[in-house]
Amino acid sequence: MLKTKSKSLPLPSDDRRWQLVNATMRRHGYEADALIEVLHSVQSAFGYLDRDAIQFVARSLRVPLSRAYGVATFYEHFTMKPKGAHTCVVCMGTACYIKGTPAILNGIETSLSIHEGETTADSKVSLLSARCLGACGMAPAAVFDGEMVGKLSTEDAVARVERWTTE
Amino acid sequence: MKTTTQTMNRVKTLKIDDRDVSGSEHQTILDVARENDIFIPTLCHIDGLSDIGACRLCVVEIKGSGKLVPACATEIQEGMEVFTQTEALAKYRKLILEMLFTEGNHICSVCVSNGHCELQYLAARLGVDHVHLPYLHQQRTVDASHERFIVDHNRCILCTRCVRVCDEIEGAHTWDVTGRGTKARVITDLNQPWGTSETCTGCSKCVHICPTGALVEKGKSVAEMSKRREFLPYLTSMREKNNG
Repeated sequence: MLKTKSKSLPLPSDDRRWQLVNATMRRHGYEADALIEVLHSVQSAFGYLDRDAIQFVARSLRVPLSRAYGVATFYEHFTMKPKGAHTCVVCMGTACYIKGTPAILNGIETSLSIHEGETTADSKVSLLSARCLGACGMAPAAVFDGEMVGKLSTEDAVARVERWTTE
Repeated sequence: MKTTTQTMNRVKTLKIDDRDVSGSEHQTILDVARENDIFIPTLCHIDGLSDIGACRLCVVEIKGSGKLVPACATEIQEGMEVFTQTEALAKYRKLILEMLFTEGNHICSVCVSNGHCELQYLAARLGVDHVHLPYLHQQRTVDASHERFIVDHNRCILCTRCVRVCDEIEGAHTWDVTGRGTKARVITDLNQPWGTSETCTGCSKCVHICPTGALVEKGKSVAEMSKRREFLPYLTSMREKNNG
């Protein structure tokens, strides 16, 4: 039986951020059910999850690789690519959709020349969409760097992201 | 899920399609129906693996309840009256199959599993003669990197039988599901080519358990891929015995 847990595997690199991740795992006794918690700490330390990170976490917690990858890609919160300095999340929930967020998203996409889910080449802005922000009364809504903005117009949205690109 | 318990089980009596039937406690509606030769269509269910109630083809009506319940994941209850063949159910089941056909790219005439496919069989049996929904025509990939097997995502209906047989019987957990919604796919390890998977033992259980032509052996031509499933009940009961 593989029962020699509670010992850390060699960290992937000297990067100090791995120690943060390892601390989270140690705190949870390297238990498999800490998977989401540990992925959270990777996401907040590195800004994204890459294959090496998922593999390290999966092996440390003895979680099947495919399950760890499945969990990492199931939740919108986790991203597999580095995010830009700024993030815009456009709500695509039913209320916002009807109130015109497809046009807003389109406007931003055209203005930044990227698609939803991508980051600008200069790593300044990431454009994401969400199923529902839970702010249907404010539809159409989007989140700019953590700040929720409701009753949004396409012009306003484009102006906000363009301000980021010219910083 | 079918279990071989030694403990005494209480018998429960119920009606399925106005027939008096009985089963032991903890049996599912599907188990009891099948024992009595009452046909309920299924896709994600297979005897010997856990049930997830995902495909919803086995939905049945229960008198006094407005909800449809999956027969594979609902235990029988004393006095319950189950209906498996109503007009509404026939409509829903056909719709489910139509959605499966439009979401993937199922072209029976060139499929290695033509004639041995559970999706095809059910469509014929349930009378799906037209598809009323628009096809999604999704771009999906084929992975032939494994030396003996192929996974063709065009034909995958995400029943997750492969995921469960790999986890529950083989114990490798090579398969899982990535993404969600129409972007969901079965993956091996870190979404890498199957041939490069470090955990796959090459046991072929997933291939033979797959209801469609999504997981197949290499070297088969159209309609040549018939599947062997006899191993599953044996393996399941041996695993249960060994695990106490």
